[in-house]
Amino acid sequence: MAVRELSSLEKYLGLKKPNKYSTQGDKKNNNGPPLAGLATIAHQLVKEAERPELLGDTAESRAVVHQWLEYSVTKLDSYTKEDIKIILKDLSLYLLDKVYLAGNQFTVADTLMYYGIHPVMVDLTIQEKERYVTVTRWFDHIQHHPGVRQRLPPVLIHRNRIYMADTIEI
Amino acid sequence: MKLFVSEGNPHCLKVLAALEVTGVQCDVQYVNHEEKVVPFLSRPARPALLLPSGQHLFSSNAICRYLFEVKGNETSELCSQWLEWEATELQPALLQALYMAVLQGKGAEVSTVLQGPLNVLDQSLSKGTVPYLTGEAVSLADVVLWAALYPVLSDSSLALSEHKSVKAWFDQVAAMQSCQSAAQKVLQGKGLQGMKSYMQRQPAPQSSQCKAAQPCNNSPAEGEEGERVVSVEEMEAATLTWSRGLDSTVPADRQHPILPQEGKRNILVTSALPYVNNVPHLGNIIGCVLSADVFSRYGRLRGWNLLYVCGTDEYGTATENKAREEGLTPQQICDKYHAVHSSIYKWFQIDFDFFGRTTTEKQTEIAQDIFWKLHKHDFLVEDTVEQLRCENCQRFLADRFVEGSCPHCNYAEARGDQCDKCGRLINAVELRDPQCKVCRQTPVIRSSKHLFLDLPKLESQLEQWLDKSTGAGDWTANAKQITRSWLRDGLKPRCITRDLQWGTPVPHPDFDKKVFYVWFDAPIGYLSITANYTDKWEKWWKNPQQVELYNFMAKDNVPFHSVVFPCSLLGAQDNYTLVNHLVATEYLNYEDTKFSKSRGVGVFGDMAKDTGIPSDVWRFYLLYVRPEGQDSAFSWSDMAMKNNSELLNNLGNFINRAGMFVTKFFEGCVPVMELQQEDKKLLALVGWELQQYTQLMDKVKIRDALKHILNISRHGNQYIQVNEPWKKIKGGDTERQRAGTVTGVSVNVACLLSVMLLPYMPSVSQTIRDQLNAPQSCINTMLQGSGTFVCALTAGHRIGTVSPLFQKLEADQIESLKKRFGGQQPEEEPCEKKPTLGSAASSHPAAVPAPAAPVEVATVNGVDPEKAKQLTQAVAEQGDKVRALKTQKADKAVITAEVAKLLDLKKQLALAEGKSPEPAPQKGKKK
Repeated sequence: MAVRELSSLEKYLGLKKPNKYSTQGDKKNNNGPPLAGLATIAHQLVKEAERPELLGDTAESRAVVHQWLEYSVTKLDSYTKEDIKIILKDLSLYLLDKVYLAGNQFTVADTLMYYGIHPVMVDLTIQEKERYVTVTRWFDHIQHHPGVRQRLPPVLIHRNRIYMADTIEI
Repeated sequence: MKLFVSEGNPHCLKVLAALEVTGVQCDVQYVNHEEKVVPFLSRPARPALLLPSGQHLFSSNAICRYLFEVKGNETSELCSQWLEWEATELQPALLQALYMAVLQGKGAEVSTVLQGPLNVLDQSLSKGTVPYLTGEAVSLADVVLWAALYPVLSDSSLALSEHKSVKAWFDQVAAMQSCQSAAQKVLQGKGLQGMKSYMQRQPAPQSSQCKAAQPCNNSPAEGEEGERVVSVEEMEAATLTWSRGLDSTVPADRQHPILPQEGKRNILVTSALPYVNNVPHLGNIIGCVLSADVFSRYGRLRGWNLLYVCGTDEYGTATENKAREEGLTPQQICDKYHAVHSSIYKWFQIDFDFFGRTTTEKQTEIAQDIFWKLHKHDFLVEDTVEQLRCENCQRFLADRFVEGSCPHCNYAEARGDQCDKCGRLINAVELRDPQCKVCRQTPVIRSSKHLFLDLPKLESQLEQWLDKSTGAGDWTANAKQITRSWLRDGLKPRCITRDLQWGTPVPHPDFDKKVFYVWFDAPIGYLSITANYTDKWEKWWKNPQQVELYNFMAKDNVPFHSVVFPCSLLGAQDNYTLVNHLVATEYLNYEDTKFSKSRGVGVFGDMAKDTGIPSDVWRFYLLYVRPEGQDSAFSWSDMAMKNNSELLNNLGNFINRAGMFVTKFFEGCVPVMELQQEDKKLLALVGWELQQYTQLMDKVKIRDALKHILNISRHGNQYIQVNEPWKKIKGGDTERQRAGTVTGVSVNVACLLSVMLLPYMPSVSQTIRDQLNAPQSCINTMLQGSGTFVCALTAGHRIGTVSPLFQKLEADQIESLKKRFGGQQPEEEPCEKKPTLGSAASSHPAAVPAPAAPVEVATVNGVDPEKAKQLTQAVAEQGDKVRALKTQKADKAVITAEVAKLLDLKKQLALAEGKSPEPAPQKGKKK
C-alpha cells in the first residue's frame, strides 16, 4: 500500500533515480539511517525533489500540511463504515472555504490524502458524492492536478445534481 | 494564538510539555471535554491550537511541531519519523492500554498490549550511543513520546523491568521541570484516574480484526482464479450427467400473445422506456434494452414463461422542443424517431416480444383510470405553483424554455432549471431578466393550480411493500441504496400535472388544458404497451400472485420505479403487479470524451452498424464492460483487445479447433469417446463453470456470468493443448482412440458453449450449432436445473462445415474508428461522459461535462503468460510440421494451409505476450 503511494509521489515529483522501498515502506536513505513511515518518507522525497513549497511556506502552513499528512496515515489506513462517514463529513466542512487542504496552495498533503481517500471515493454512490460535495469538488480538482492521478482510475464526478434536486424537470 | 486543552486528556500533556519546553507565548484555555472548539470536526478534538491566521490545528503532534518550529527548531527527519510512529503505531496501543487500565480495571494486562511498541523503542534506544531519541539533547520526539507514554508509565503498577533503556530515557525526560509541570496540569496528580472522565467519552478501541477491510477495486471480469481442485465425486457426477443424453423435447416456438400460465414461472420483463427525441447511444443500449434482452433470452432458455416489453417514451417538453427545432409536429417527431429506435434495436438483435410507444389510446385510458382511482382514494392534493408564462406564445414555459441571468453567479445564459456555469439548481421564477426561449419576450409570473400525488400519505404502505420486495427479490445494491435514501429524507407530495399540450390530458374538469407530468405518465407506458400487445394485459399487470416483474434501467431511473410509480399503483388499490426485481446499472462512459451528437463524438446506435463490426461483437463487448456494480468505460482499443484475445484467440480458437479435428481426422463424424480420468476432470470443471453461470444469470449478474463462458473455452484450449490429438492421431490404435476421445469431448464442449452464448451472441450461437449440425434439443437440455452438460453430439454424429467465427480487429481499423467517432477535438481535451441512460420517467437536465483526465486503457489485459507458454510450444510444433511436410514434398495446398496456421499461431503468441503482432513474414523467406 504505502509502497505504491510513495512511488506515485516519486513519479509526480519527477525524481530521476527511483528510491528503494521495502514492503513496510522503509526507504533506504542514501545519507543516513533508513527512514520509515509514509508521511516521513513523503516529506523526505519532497525535499529531495527541491519542492519545499509543497510542504508549506510558513511555519503555520507547514504545521497544517503535517497535520493532514498525519490525518491521512492515521485515519485512512483502516476504518469502519462509521469512521468514513465522519471523515467525509469533517472534510466536507473543512474544505467548504478552501481550495486545497492547506488553503490556497497545493501541497503534498493533497497528494497523500488523494491516494488515501481514492478507494473511498471509488465506492461512493453518486448520491454520496453529492452529499459530500466539497470533498468531491476537492477530489476532482486533485485528480486533475497534472501528474497526480497516474494509474489510478479516474472517479467520475457529475456536476449536475440528480438527488439533491427536489424537482426533476421534464 | 490560543491553545485549548482539557484536564485529564492525555494528548494535551504533549502540547503543554512542548509549550513549557519551548517557552512559546500562548494563551491557554481550559475547556470541558464536550465543548466544540474546531468548527469542522464532528468529535470534539483536544488539544486544539487557534493559529494567528485563524486556522485550527487539531493534531497534538502538529501543534508540538509548530511550537518547536516557531522557536527556530526545525524538525529533523528522524524526529518526523518518531512522530509518525507515535501516531500510527504507539497511539492505537496506548488507547487500548488506557482503556483497559482506566475503565476496565485490567491494569495487569497493559504490559502485554504495549509490549510491541516498547520493544521497538527499547531496541532503538539501546542501539544508539546517544541518550535521547534523536541525539544528545532533548528534541521534539522525546517530548512527544514521553508525554504520550507518561500516563501509562507513571502508574506504578506497570513495571518497565524488561525495557531498561526505555526506563532510563523516560526517567531522564521526566526529570525536566517543564515536563513535571505539564503533567501536573493535565493529571492533577490523580494518575490514571484523572483521565477517567476523558476515557469514558472515547469510543471503545477496536481490535484490528473488526475493522472494515480496505475496499477493493478489482475489475470483476478479469479476476484471476487459481486452478480449482476437482474431487472424485465431482468427476463421477459430471460423467453421469454427461451420459444422460439429450432431452427429446424440442423447444416450442413462442406463441403470441404470451400470457401467464398456471404452474409456470411467469416473468414479465421491462426495460426503461427510451426517450423518443434522440438516437440512443451505447450507454442507453447496455443500460436497459440489451441487459433486459440477455436476461429474457436466458429466461426463455430456462423454460420460463416470459414476456419482454418495451417502447418509446414520447410525451413531454423535450419532444415539443425537438418538433419546433425540426419544423414538424410532435406526432411526426415521435413517428420518425420511433422508427429510428426500432431499427437500431433490431440491428442489435433485441428480441422484444413487443416494442410499443406511449402515445396511444390505451395510454390515455389506463393513465386516466389510475388517476381517477388515486383521486377517489384521496391521494391527490391541490396546490398553486408559481410559473413563468409567455403572453406572446400564450403558454406556460417549462423550465428549459426559459433563459436568463443566474441569480447566483450572473451567468447570462442560465436555464430555468440549472445554471451551466455554476451548476446550481435554479427555480425558474428566480431567474433575472427571464426570456422566453422561443420568442425572446419577457415572461410574467403567473400562478397555476396543480395536482400533487400525496406521497407522504402512502409512505408507510410503500415501506411495507419495499421491505417485502427488496427482501425477497434481486434488487441491485445501488437500487436498494438509492431507494433507502429517498425514504430516509422523507417523501414530499409530487406534482403530477403540467401546463403543456403534448401529453396525456388530465381528465379532471378543474384541470382542463393540463397534461400529466411525464414521470407520472411514462411508467404507465409499461402497462399501456402491454395492453397494445394483448387485450388480456391485466393478466400480467393485475396479477402479483402469479407474475414476477423485472425492471431493467440505469440507476438515475431508480427512484421513479422504486418509490414514485409503486406509490401510484399502491394508491390506485387495484391489485397491480409491482416490481419484484429492480436491476439497475451504473454508468458507461465513453473513452475520455463525452458522447455528443452535435460534435460527432461517440458511438450512437445508428452508427454502430457502419463500423463493419458485427452486431454480436458489439453485444459481447458492451456486456463484457457492462457497468455492473460500478461505472465502466467503453474504449475502442479495449474492444479490439477483447475481440482479439477473448473472442478470436480463446473462444473462437477453441470451437474452431474442435470442429476442425472432427473434419480433418475423423471425416466429419464425431469419434467414439472412452472417458478417462483426464476427460472426466474436464467434464467436472466445465460443469462447475456452467453451474456458476446459471447461478449468476438467475441473479442477473450478466457480466460475471460471461466470464464463466470464457473460462470454459480456456479449459478446453488447455485440454486440447495437453492431450495433443493432432499428434496422437498419427500413433497406434490406443493413441488414435485417445485422439478420438479428446476430439469428441472438445466438440461437445463447443456445443455447450453455443447454448451458453445464446443470450449474449445470438447469431454466433446459431452459427456454431449450424457448423456442428447440433440438434435443436440441446438448447433446452443444457440449461436445465443448475446446468446439465450432456453429450449432445454422440459418436457417429456428422457435423457441418466448420469455418472461423471471428475476425481480428486490426490496430489501424480501430485507430480510424477512434478518429471517426472522436469528433474534431484534440485528444487531450479533458472531458467526461455522463450518459443519461434511457429514462422512462425522467429526462433530467442535460449532463454538464465535468473535467476528467483521459482514461488510460489497461493494455496489459490481453497478456497471458500461461497461454504464451502454450503458444510458444504450439508454434514450435507447427513449425516442425511444416518442415516435415516440405521434406515429404507434400501437396502444395496442404503446405500453404499449414503455413497459414503457423502464421496465425505466431500472431496469437504476439498478442498473448502483449506485443503487437509483427507483420507476417514473407513467404519463402524461411526456405
